[in-house]
Amino acid sequence: MISWFESSLGYDWAFFLATIIDILVIALPLMLAVAMIIYADRKIWAAMALRRGPNVVGPFGLLQSFADGLKVFLQETIVPAAANRTLFLLAPIITFTVALIVWAVVPFGVGVVLADINVGLLYVLAASSLGVYGIILSGWASNSKYPFYSALRAAAQMVSYEVAIGFILISVVLWTGSFNLSAIVMAQKSHVWFVNGYILNPLMFPMAVMFFISSLAETQRAPFDLTEAESELVAGYQTEYSSMSFALFWLGEYANVLLMCALNATLFWGGWLPPVDWAPLYYVPGIIWLFAKILFFFFLFSWVKATVPRYRYDQLMRLGWKVFLPVSLFWVFLVSGYLMLTRVGVGS
Amino acid sequence: MIQALAFYLFAFVVVLSGALTIASRNPVHSVMWLILAFFNAAGLMILVGAEFIAMLLVIVYVGAVAVLFLFVVMMLDIDFTELRAGVARYFGIGLALAVALAAEVMIAIGAWSTGPIQLARRAAPIDDTVPNIQAIGNLLYTRYLFVFEGAGLVLLVAMIGAIVLTHRQRGGVKAQNISRQNARRPQDATRNTSPVVGQGVEL
Repeated sequence: MISWFESSLGYDWAFFLATIIDILVIALPLMLAVAMIIYADRKIWAAMALRRGPNVVGPFGLLQSFADGLKVFLQETIVPAAANRTLFLLAPIITFTVALIVWAVVPFGVGVVLADINVGLLYVLAASSLGVYGIILSGWASNSKYPFYSALRAAAQMVSYEVAIGFILISVVLWTGSFNLSAIVMAQKSHVWFVNGYILNPLMFPMAVMFFISSLAETQRAPFDLTEAESELVAGYQTEYSSMSFALFWLGEYANVLLMCALNATLFWGGWLPPVDWAPLYYVPGIIWLFAKILFFFFLFSWVKATVPRYRYDQLMRLGWKVFLPVSLFWVFLVSGYLMLTRVGVGS
Repeated sequence: MIQALAFYLFAFVVVLSGALTIASRNPVHSVMWLILAFFNAAGLMILVGAEFIAMLLVIVYVGAVAVLFLFVVMMLDIDFTELRAGVARYFGIGLALAVALAAEVMIAIGAWSTGPIQLARRAAPIDDTVPNIQAIGNLLYTRYLFVFEGAGLVLLVAMIGAIVLTHRQRGGVKAQNISRQNARRPQDATRNTSPVVGQGVEL
């Protein structure tokens, strides 16, 4: 697309325009996906509780999310009198933006990625560590007790699990030898036998499981949703929010969940590669495999939400610091030891 | 063109948010301006091609250090008028410190730019083909290995020191014993009885 624009503009502006169009091509379908995934979440959750879920708006209730969105859009935005107005309104925007910007480095196919940068994984870490600001700020700016407690919980939780996630990512990077997400996907091609992804690798599979659990904690989904534990904190950091500022939290949360599903798929389950390395399967576009994997992980997320009871806060902290951190640290040691043993002097 | 625009944007915002960090009345706003400054500094580093350092800056400073800052600042109950009162008294000292710092930075840059490292680098420019994660790794784990390990040791000592200083044993706390909780089975905790009417259950 850059070359197409370049015919009429200079390279700089062609690049600029093409990038903006690419961003829209990713962001707009993502918004639609978020709306549909909220519907899917409610349906799956309802099915597991033997209920019917949303079934009134549109065929099978498919338009439920859009109706909710419209309703929220027409509501009045209430800013509490004692709130810090600027930060109060800034917080949901931060949450939402951070959930979107990470998609820039997620590869959807061979070379189909907005920013194919060689620090892709670090960019993911950097952006996901920003997510906590939206929550802390909303808690503080609301000037209210429940949101503040929730913000403190969220900050402690996200910082704790980021440490474990960091070590898990290091073992992926060790195996791949690159921070680039496209390279990480390609390194998983027919990794063990002819299966794409790290599923059959006994050293990486435990890391995949730990990454999945950490991503539940990182997105504050059940069983780690202590930040919005309704029995203790009303709605947590969202308590004082209404209308679009609330909707942005809502969208950001689900965009984050989708992102974590995409990262699970990309880092451990072969990303846009088909499940097995068999030539006819490559005729299906990579983006469809990626979507299938994202949906699979999203189903797991909903399944966990519907069936697992909420953790106590001390259990949450114990799992993060006393179980995941030592185990992942040991695993980095194990993986690097194995790689030293088998590929000394190979590659760079 | 876009690079120049981006540079001026980032540079302007760094300076502005740096100034506002000092000037803003609310400490939480100060921390927010500081975070904005970190961000734009990371943007500047990307512009000069040091993407690894830029990402580390965001991960370490914005993602961890500033979160803890914000934590502490949010918990403080600060009387702003009291905080302002000392400004005139400490102005002289602050100014002297600022001048000394600026002079030191200038001397250091002056010495560096005429020193052997910089002169040698002008003769042999940076290799663009090696990603800078690899370039840093190559230097850090060969030439500067001992310094690097030494820095690691210093950090370890600091970490242990912080734990030793803040750790205290409190008596009379009902701590959770997770292994005992996990080892608890239904048959130990519950029992089925069929009490006769009027008799109740013997505990």
